[in-house]
Amino acid sequence: MTLSLFFQHLANGISLGSLYALIAIGYTMVYGILRLINFAHGDIVMLGSYIAFYGVVMFFLPWWVSFPLAILLTGVVGIIIERTAYKPLREVPRINLFTSAVAVSFLLENLGLVIFGARPKGFHRPPVMDTVLYIGGAAVVSYTPIIILTALVLFGGLMFVVHRTKVGMAMRALSKDIETTGLMGVNTDQVITFSFALGSALAAAGGILWAIKFPQIQPLMGVMPGLKAFIAAVLGGIGDITGALIGGFLLGIAEIMLVAFMPNLAGYRDAFAYSILILLLLFRPTGIMGEMEPEKV
Amino acid sequence: MSLLRLDGVTKCFGGLTAVNNFSTELAPGELCALIGPNGSGKTTIFNLITGIYTPTAGRITFNGTDITGKRPDIIASLGVARTFQNIRLFNGLDVLGNVLVGHHLRLRSDPFSAILRAPNYAREEKEMRQEAMELLGALSLDHLAHEDATSLPYGQQRKLEIARALATRPRLLLLDEPAAGMNPGESEELMRFILHILDAFDLTIFLIEHQMRVVMGICPRIIAIDHGETIAEGPPEAIQNNPRVIEAYLGVGEYA
Amino acid sequence: MKITRNRILTLITLVVFAGFLAYSQATFNPYILRIMNLCAIFTIFAVTFNLVYGYTGQFSLGHAGFAAVGAYTAALLTMTPVQKELNFFLEPIVPVLANVQWPFLPAMLLGGVLAAVVGFLIGWPALRLRGDYLAIATLGFGEIIRVLFVNMQRVTNGSLGLKGIPEYTNVYWSWGLALVTIFVTKRLVDSSYGRALKAIRDDEVAAEALGVKLSYHKILAFTLSSFFVGIAGALLANLISTIDPKVFLFFLTYQVVGITVMGGMSSLTGSTVSACLYTVFLEALRPVESPFSIGPLRVPGVPGMRMVIFSALLLLVILFYRRGLFGQAEFSWDWFFEKTSALRARLGRTGKTAPAPSIESEEEERP
Repeated sequence: MTLSLFFQHLANGISLGSLYALIAIGYTMVYGILRLINFAHGDIVMLGSYIAFYGVVMFFLPWWVSFPLAILLTGVVGIIIERTAYKPLREVPRINLFTSAVAVSFLLENLGLVIFGARPKGFHRPPVMDTVLYIGGAAVVSYTPIIILTALVLFGGLMFVVHRTKVGMAMRALSKDIETTGLMGVNTDQVITFSFALGSALAAAGGILWAIKFPQIQPLMGVMPGLKAFIAAVLGGIGDITGALIGGFLLGIAEIMLVAFMPNLAGYRDAFAYSILILLLLFRPTGIMGEMEPEKV
Repeated sequence: MSLLRLDGVTKCFGGLTAVNNFSTELAPGELCALIGPNGSGKTTIFNLITGIYTPTAGRITFNGTDITGKRPDIIASLGVARTFQNIRLFNGLDVLGNVLVGHHLRLRSDPFSAILRAPNYAREEKEMRQEAMELLGALSLDHLAHEDATSLPYGQQRKLEIARALATRPRLLLLDEPAAGMNPGESEELMRFILHILDAFDLTIFLIEHQMRVVMGICPRIIAIDHGETIAEGPPEAIQNNPRVIEAYLGVGEYA
Repeated sequence: MKITRNRILTLITLVVFAGFLAYSQATFNPYILRIMNLCAIFTIFAVTFNLVYGYTGQFSLGHAGFAAVGAYTAALLTMTPVQKELNFFLEPIVPVLANVQWPFLPAMLLGGVLAAVVGFLIGWPALRLRGDYLAIATLGFGEIIRVLFVNMQRVTNGSLGLKGIPEYTNVYWSWGLALVTIFVTKRLVDSSYGRALKAIRDDEVAAEALGVKLSYHKILAFTLSSFFVGIAGALLANLISTIDPKVFLFFLTYQVVGITVMGGMSSLTGSTVSACLYTVFLEALRPVESPFSIGPLRVPGVPGMRMVIFSALLLLVILFYRRGLFGQAEFSWDWFFEKTSALRARLGRTGKTAPAPSIESEEEERP
């Protein structure tokens, strides 16, 4: 393998990893605060890319209007889902919340089938993202660096929100102790809703970038990225945003490299992600960044 | 020969040393109290004895067997039972069911005979139920046998937790703040109850308690700890007047 | 006396039910029979999930994987050598499997045993994990099994799947085994072992301090459940006669979770009723996905509509009926007579008879 080919794979791995990371953030924020595995999150990814698609195809919006609009609208959908399907169940056994997430996931997927149709649709890359660049001898299509850059900008923004704003501080406090934070006068409902909106918006961004990288969209497209991103979130230590980033990049790069170096194992790619996950869980049950909390007796 | 022996037991959580070089011995039939201010490591010592935590250093011997770092269920089957500071009853089981869980470790029939209700299982189940009812009767809880465990009043729940622990037929019983949340009348009754089971079940009891009235009233020997270290040990009068104990408790207010 | 009465009643109901099965197998059309079989298979799925989650408190999402093990085992063992040769046209089947052909029962049992073995091997390390981490790990194991099956071309025929599996499953097999599953589960959870399982569910620390061996009991529930899931998988393969790895995506597991929650955690009656309702309901909704006409207007079928309606209903049940249909309650004759006499009293002895017990729940008798 030549060095330039290696860098091509690496760039590919990083761009895939940044997509996983974008989606993983939503999982990790929701889990950190509500201890809910939001299995509908992958379908939010699908929704984001469809809204962006229809913005361009049906409403003839330029992509630089349609894409941000899709991110915004998906954020709103995230709020609606949280308010109707999750909020009423906060005080009941967790399996109900989980089942509710499963039901929402089923609902979104099948609504997608009904409304958008089962046939895959071709997603048009904006021309600026479809030119071939030569970086140090390696040929790279421009969407790869654009995906990585966009993801990095979004991470930067997220870090700013989480660490430098009041609502971010409230989010961090909530994930430590939701009740006490409430007693301190923080409107916990609003903060939770905000986290859902933020997570869904990032998932939509991930979905649009996903569609740019793999330009075919269909109603079940969110399932696999969703699961992988979830694995990434657990790898990094679910509940920890930095962990989700690390987990996402690690998983993306590892997957691409596995296929690049051992092409005969390509068929096991999906099992590979789970195998890493299970090995990690068995040796470090709370992930890379997760805190080990002994149960208080 | 001592029944329970702790030799230089130490437990660290990260940088915090919760128990530091703690040693003691309990003779069979003894009733001994462990006192100390909040966060002084009392419950941690119980958790080390029962195997919930593994000591960082030191050795724990029970009845001649080294139980250091053994699993809680193994330690329980050797004859150590306990109650918890915050009551931990099984809320999906009734009062009788809670006690029967304590009998389960002696069940010899395998799961298949249990599913098939084979004669050997049926006999064991019948015996277990009989014994459990007798135990409940001895603690005058038998009229509540089919109530939900968590629907009982607080004092009864504490008693049930003790009953459940007794069902394992322990030789050593660890009671973690049995009088917590009780009024003077109730703790008076509890004292009599503890003395009663000590005799009736041929036990050795190690108890953590904050209410000095209870401790001073019934325990011939008291161990006082602070910051995970023994600061005093002896009969109630000696502890009461020990300057280090007074100092450790100053400002806590319970020892007024 | 009461016990004797209940025993007799149970016996009578079982005989009536057996008669009903014989009648249906002889007279009902294949479509109805298929639905009845599916009802039984989903009953097994739900009851076994309930054993692991509802009674033992272990959130395991490995059902689809265990069902796949049972299904493929039974399928490969019952197919004729000729069918296998027809199926494996990309690469030949491994020689050991090429010429075997077993009767249904041993094939199905081996499917269950292999699923149990896999369950044991997975459960042993995974059951140390708590709560959600266990869910993730078991979901992962389930998916790994599926991916392995996609890639084991010479054993499973990969993504092409298996076609022409003999259709051995009938209502005797399916409902017979569903009853066995319910019986075994009920007997287990009502025994001393069952109390230990519930103790683990309610408070692991306290259970262990009372001498309950955590991993032994968790693995017991998990392995037993995997065995029956494997059996259900075998029944499924020999019912639908065509299987491929996609049948065993984690969607299957999600459906089982949904069914069980709808029926009520820790209620086998609930699981049974809910599984039957789900299966029948999904079939009843089939028309919305096929084209139909309202007067002169032709409405094309909308694929996916059934699941939209189902998931919306599931959501409503979870939101407004949180304990599920049955909560923790079980059907028993004493309960039945209590209810009917109360009903009769309320009707003022107008001579109206109370509704008969639903067929799905008759087997739950309290000893």
